[in-house]
Amino acid sequence: MKSLRLLIPLAIFVVIVGFLWAGLGRDPREVPSPLVGKPAPVFDLAQLKQPDKKLGTADMKGQVWLLNVWASWCVSCRVEHPLLVELAKANVVPVIGLNYKDKNDAGLAWLAQNGDPYRLSVVDADGRVGIDWGVYGVPETFVVDKNGIIRYKQIGPITVEALEQKILPLVRELQKA
Amino acid sequence: MKAFALALLLAAASALAQADAALDARLKKLEEELRCLVCQNQSLADSSAPLAEDLRREVRALAVAGKDDEQIKQFLVARYGDFVLYDPPVKRITWLLWFGPFALLAVGAGVWWMVARRRRNGNGGNNDDGDNPPPTAGVDKARELLDSPLE
Repeated sequence: MKSLRLLIPLAIFVVIVGFLWAGLGRDPREVPSPLVGKPAPVFDLAQLKQPDKKLGTADMKGQVWLLNVWASWCVSCRVEHPLLVELAKANVVPVIGLNYKDKNDAGLAWLAQNGDPYRLSVVDADGRVGIDWGVYGVPETFVVDKNGIIRYKQIGPITVEALEQKILPLVRELQKA
Repeated sequence: MKAFALALLLAAASALAQADAALDARLKKLEEELRCLVCQNQSLADSSAPLAEDLRREVRALAVAGKDDEQIKQFLVARYGDFVLYDPPVKRITWLLWFGPFALLAVGAGVWWMVARRRRNGNGGNNDDGDNPPPTAGVDKARELLDSPLE
């Protein structure tokens, strides 16, 4: 009985350490999006390469697609960009670029320099659509299903692990549905 | 006539300025309750991050459009989650956050009460389950020594 009672502080200690340990592995900058599982916010924006033409969420209905938020001023966009180029070559899923708070000529020059993996890029010059999508740290990538529901959000650059373990399996599953 | 028109103009201008000041004060208060997502330990009012500027602009537009504070908060929560609120709402996943401290307080009070009751029940604060000699033996010994005449 006495030794059992001595174990209580140890048990409390172990529980606290458990919580702290789990907390160490989490990124506080990653705020889970309330939009996952909800309809993608509607937009209808001018295209980057053909400003007289538009592209909207309505045009993507019926297919699984990715929305990748990028900007020429965004440093970590350069990190994920080669992966997006690879993804585009594999032609698995259309990627729409949201050119976020960027200047058109800067965005076009960036694509010319680094390669253009996007089916299309649309222009969100004032960041208004970004706010609707809950964007707070570029780059961000959303997986949208055939019914226009957001199914996944990647905050920060896409990594090989995220692509192979989460995004691609999810895309394949959604494409079958 | 001219003076009257001028006075009217001034009155209108000052009314406008007052309305503006009131709006500014209201927005300042509201923005202090909202968290900036980029620099997470700053409020929307304090942050100079570009996103915070955009969100302040958005909040002001909503306020000018006649939305009340609650509607504006809902606008942001719908996009960024409860995280934007410095004052988290009471719901199932925040129960531990809101009531946990009180639960701990209750547990502490319970333990304190049990210990006090055991002491009152007359084993002199000894809670070692009798493995050691009761401290009363030490007290008796001390008293005996104190009472014995000095040599």
